[in-house]
Amino acid sequence: MTILKPLNRRSFMGTSAAALGTAALGGIASPAMAAGDLNVGFIYVGPKDDFGYNQSHAEGAAAVKAMAGVTVLEEENVPESQDVQNTMESMINFDNASLLFPTSFGYFNPHILEIAPKHEAVRFQHCGGLWSEGNPTNAGSYFGYIGMGQYLNGVAAGHASKSKKIGFVAAKPIPQVLNNINSFLLGARSVDPSITCQVIFTGEWSLAVKEAEATNALADQGCDVITCHVDGPKVVCETAVARGAFVCGYHADQTALAGDMYLTGAEWNWANVYTDMVSKTLAGEPIDNFVRGGLADGFIKMSPLGTGVSDAGRAQFEATKAEIVAGGFAAIKGPLNDNKGNVIAAAGGSFIETDVALESMDYLVEGVLGSTS
Amino acid sequence: MEQTSPSPRSVAAQTIAVLMPRAEAVAIPLGALCVGFVVFSLFLLLVGKSPVEFFALVWKAGFSSAFSWQNTLSRVAPLILAALCVALPARLGLVVIGGEGAIVLGGLAAAVMGTAVVGMPSALGMVLMMLAGMVLGGLWIGAIGALRIKRGVNETISSLLMAYIAIALLNHFVEGPFRDPASLNKPSTTPLVEGLRVGDMSFVSAHWGVLVGVLACIFCWILIERTTVGFAARVAGDNVRAAQVQGLPVSRLVIGFTALGGAFAGLAGYFEVAAVHGSANASLIAGYGYSGILVAFLARHNPLAIIPVAILLGGFEASSGLIQRRMDLPDATILVFEGLVFIIILLSEALYGRLRIFTASFWEAR
Repeated sequence: MTILKPLNRRSFMGTSAAALGTAALGGIASPAMAAGDLNVGFIYVGPKDDFGYNQSHAEGAAAVKAMAGVTVLEEENVPESQDVQNTMESMINFDNASLLFPTSFGYFNPHILEIAPKHEAVRFQHCGGLWSEGNPTNAGSYFGYIGMGQYLNGVAAGHASKSKKIGFVAAKPIPQVLNNINSFLLGARSVDPSITCQVIFTGEWSLAVKEAEATNALADQGCDVITCHVDGPKVVCETAVARGAFVCGYHADQTALAGDMYLTGAEWNWANVYTDMVSKTLAGEPIDNFVRGGLADGFIKMSPLGTGVSDAGRAQFEATKAEIVAGGFAAIKGPLNDNKGNVIAAAGGSFIETDVALESMDYLVEGVLGSTS
Repeated sequence: MEQTSPSPRSVAAQTIAVLMPRAEAVAIPLGALCVGFVVFSLFLLLVGKSPVEFFALVWKAGFSSAFSWQNTLSRVAPLILAALCVALPARLGLVVIGGEGAIVLGGLAAAVMGTAVVGMPSALGMVLMMLAGMVLGGLWIGAIGALRIKRGVNETISSLLMAYIAIALLNHFVEGPFRDPASLNKPSTTPLVEGLRVGDMSFVSAHWGVLVGVLACIFCWILIERTTVGFAARVAGDNVRAAQVQGLPVSRLVIGFTALGGAFAGLAGYFEVAAVHGSANASLIAGYGYSGILVAFLARHNPLAIIPVAILLGGFEASSGLIQRRMDLPDATILVFEGLVFIIILLSEALYGRLRIFTASFWEAR
């Protein structure tokens, strides 16, 4: 329009209708999906830009999006309730999804177990490693040995710590989390056996206020390297940096949050895992129902080492990493007691990363200050 | 009117004069809903998205097909029951916003009872589980009513804070005393045996909680509108002093109505456990208690109106996913939309009695 007309009701209605029409035409056609495409759905329990668990999966989804012949559907903030069943059904019914990645641990039982038998042509790939014999065969689960990543975090932390006290902000005292805490401390102790690790449990996967309180409490107690296992490490990272502590990351790369204070981080490498699974599906090959992997298999990776890591730290980090990649590495090895004095492993005994006994871990090792209950 | 033989025109006017004041209660919320749609459309246009597509997707995902209805109805049961936990105390002038607490504790109680009744006939077991959920939910919200009446504690604040306590208790019991040792990485109570699970209704793919919720609404409507107890509650809700002067048992009414509301929220927890999750765990904290507040206010605390409003809300929430996927809008879009409608409905409260078109005298004069 070259001339500004005075705004009256009629002209307002006219422009609004035109705007509505344009927007409508622009939008409605967009969801069209090329016929024959593989439609892959990703479901996240939290926001996909949480710098953590959900972001790690969303990065995997982004890699899948770049593949030819694939349309990616994403939905974030889906609770582990009837909602996720509805979301899966909706992706199948409205968007013809035939491969689903419901990524939260709590999506499996009962939700995937409920929906999978109703849609036998759809493949359900669940993150968390819960699938067992007798579960629907069109469902499968995968997980990674990320404890090894926390062990390497510990090596970097052991070299960076001056106070010989490191800290861990943890969500819940469940086996996966306990394994990370123990691995972090044992990695640090491989550098200096006098190091202790204070752990604080927040009780929730995502509870920003408590995560900040816990991080501050750790800094107050003199911890100068802090890591965490919560869904989104953003609050822990930023609080730790504000208190002058180094940060070891978890789930995804948090360099952008911690800058020079970022030592390294244990990251999921879902881009590798997901593109592999999608390629297999496109090629008509089956995916195993139960898949696990570690550093060597490209299931996890480490963030690039930060400037806070010394040359000696760098050397030990790389050497340990090579040992882990070679296979058969054990973080939990004897002689080792838990922090209540019970024997975990006698001299010569060890649990390598793939040992199923680690999956029912219920202890904190000697040197971890804190309690599982 | 002193006409000996009324003209047809005036008979019509008379009828309208009788109907219009009743129509007000429907027209104002509907009007507010429409205003909400328009304001939200402007919001969408501002961010360059199509309102037409938005509402088309809401329709498609929530109401257009058998699958859409199933998706919508599957959310309705907890919404209805949670809304009753807000609406019942509201009739006494209390704003209770902590129904979430009663839902999670009701679910916990039902799940724990579920492990105790193994071996009993399943009908009896189910009734005991239901009662366990309702009793604990009722005690929880009833305590809020009691604190209000005996100690003058603000029920809005106490119910909200007690919801946090309830969630902490749920986590404690699920991770501690009642934890199934087999639930390694997701602490839960022992899974219910198959006979204690609630299935889908035979005629529609949604669980029986929906029907129970509808019956609960009808029960509450009769209680409020057609019984002396309900009459006393309405009097006390309008004017506590007057009710006390009349000798109405205000304390018992407050405690009774809050407890009944809590019992329904506990029932919602029971259905979440028995029909959806199969055990109690942190997934019970799904926010239905808070969505229920919205439903109750949209329904203006009328138990019968809760049913369609819960279905409408269920449809909105059912469309959240499709809107994320098709329009590339964040999942908060539906929350913004609901919040906007909520505020406009609250603002519209000021209109009651002010629109002449809804007064009998306006039409009688014609």
